[in-house]
Amino acid sequence: MTTGAIDDGLHESGLRAFLRLYATLFRLAIIEQFQYRAANYFYMIGMITEPVIYLVVWSTIADARGGEVGGFTAGTFAAYYIVWTLVRNMNIVFTPFGWEQRIREGQLSSQLVRPLHPIHYDLGFFAGWKVVVIVMWLPLATVLSLIFKPELNPTVAQMGAFFVAIWGAYLIRSLLLWMLGMVTFWTTRVSAAFEVFFAAELLLSGRLVPVRLMPDWAQQVAGVLPFESTFGFPITALVGPISNEELVEGLLTQAFWILFGVAGVSFMWRRAVRNYTAVSG
Amino acid sequence: MPLIDVRDLSKVFEVPEREPGLRAAAKSLVRRKTRDVRAVGDVSFEVEAGEIVGFLGPNGAGKTTTLKMLSGLLHPTSGELSVLGHEPSKRERDYLSRITLVMGNRNQLQWDLPALDSFELTRAIYRLREAPFLEQRDELIELLDLGDLVNKPVRNLSLGERMKAEIANSLLHRPSVLFLDEPTIGLDVVMQRRIRTFLAEYNTRHDASIMLTSHYMADIEALCERVIVIHEGSLLFDGALGDLSDRFAAHKTLVVTLGEAADLSGYGEVVEASPTQVTLRIPRGDTAAVTGRLLAEQPVTDLTVEDPPIDDVIELAFASGDS
Repeated sequence: MTTGAIDDGLHESGLRAFLRLYATLFRLAIIEQFQYRAANYFYMIGMITEPVIYLVVWSTIADARGGEVGGFTAGTFAAYYIVWTLVRNMNIVFTPFGWEQRIREGQLSSQLVRPLHPIHYDLGFFAGWKVVVIVMWLPLATVLSLIFKPELNPTVAQMGAFFVAIWGAYLIRSLLLWMLGMVTFWTTRVSAAFEVFFAAELLLSGRLVPVRLMPDWAQQVAGVLPFESTFGFPITALVGPISNEELVEGLLTQAFWILFGVAGVSFMWRRAVRNYTAVSG
Repeated sequence: MPLIDVRDLSKVFEVPEREPGLRAAAKSLVRRKTRDVRAVGDVSFEVEAGEIVGFLGPNGAGKTTTLKMLSGLLHPTSGELSVLGHEPSKRERDYLSRITLVMGNRNQLQWDLPALDSFELTRAIYRLREAPFLEQRDELIELLDLGDLVNKPVRNLSLGERMKAEIANSLLHRPSVLFLDEPTIGLDVVMQRRIRTFLAEYNTRHDASIMLTSHYMADIEALCERVIVIHEGSLLFDGALGDLSDRFAAHKTLVVTLGEAADLSGYGEVVEASPTQVTLRIPRGDTAAVTGRLLAEQPVTDLTVEDPPIDDVIELAFASGDS
């Protein structure tokens, strides 16, 4: 990543300049996405279809089994899947499928001639988009809550951990999908690999089914992969049941995956840029 | 030390090669055939501070590849490259903060937002202090006659307006070296002239070095005293624009105005003739002798000696590269 500062009276240096960069990206993303508020709303309404289906299915199963499945009641399922909708939105980052277009149309060339690692564009821009998403999510969550009556009684520690965890999830997923997308620098025939990744993520993250409802072996596999840190953990952090020790452990696991992602992106990026031939001109 | 120092620069691309048909497709599963394509080969030149250099060549000559190597977008296959004392392919922050690359068919402005917002992002990326940024921004808006256009979403601007905003955006950080790849492509004559005037002004004010590619010879004639001609990746010519004709045009044109009709076919090839005006094409080396004879022997009332149009000279240069 490009570093260093120039002391010439024209340039700023240090943390302030870096924070201003993110503030600017944040602001521009918010302005831009509010222009597309209708499209964003339809997108979000489409997105809640998935958790509502899961919620209805699991609530029905819980009712059929005397009101509970694996410790989940209809009310905790409702809480899980309503929080799910927010976490899912927080998880939306630059898609690996976008890299081919980015390379082919020369958008990357435009970014590479500027003194900023392109990942900052994505991190700043999608983070700004989240602000719009959260504002739009609130009324939807209210409606879902009125319909499904979630049982949600988080402690202050849980709320604090949840706030940190959703941004941790955002960072982990951004870094992982950047690493995945960068494979495009070497070959463009990577769609199948992307699909395998997303299938594994769907099954082992807590998106399709809460991880603790899965068989032991699946929980063990999920435990060594990053997916749960991006989905199941943030939801459980707020919905519970979870101890303070488990909260700390979950956040530390997220920190590990963030460090893994930063190292992975740095390692791959250096080689990817070397390999980049800017074919599109 | 020159600002840009290029020594034996080469770039070779490895491109996949496959014959058509099912059999070839099956064979390519086992053994992938590639071939090397030399985009740039052993090119050397220097550019000093404040110079504006035209970089000419037909499509596929290697101009854009060279500009990309100079701006750090491509790693050279071999050779040495130094710009502002930096090795461009290292893409150091200090280096990228002092150059700009403008490609006529690429843009950095945010499509849905007014250009002013993109300017703010550029300020953040280059970490520019507020006061010098505002000063430079307002100067560029004035020089490029952007006015209120910077408040309109970029998607609502015409191609020419967008290009002006793009150029302003790419110069907010006051780069010392400008790599411009077809900056006037697709623009009307008025807008082309406006951008040329601006570039000349920027060059004077900031003593910036400019390397410019353009298919519009008017851009080159208006801005560049020096041109580098590249063809099939090799350097054909590096020198003053005026010397291009000496090197590649073997003929000159004489336009002779006569007091009364006369047959001038004995002096050279008659290109065009009316009763009182004849245009002759003569070998460059014979210019002085033929002119002297015409003045002595014919009822000449006026005579001008012209080089061929620059477009024709360039065409001749490319043709010489082909041969």
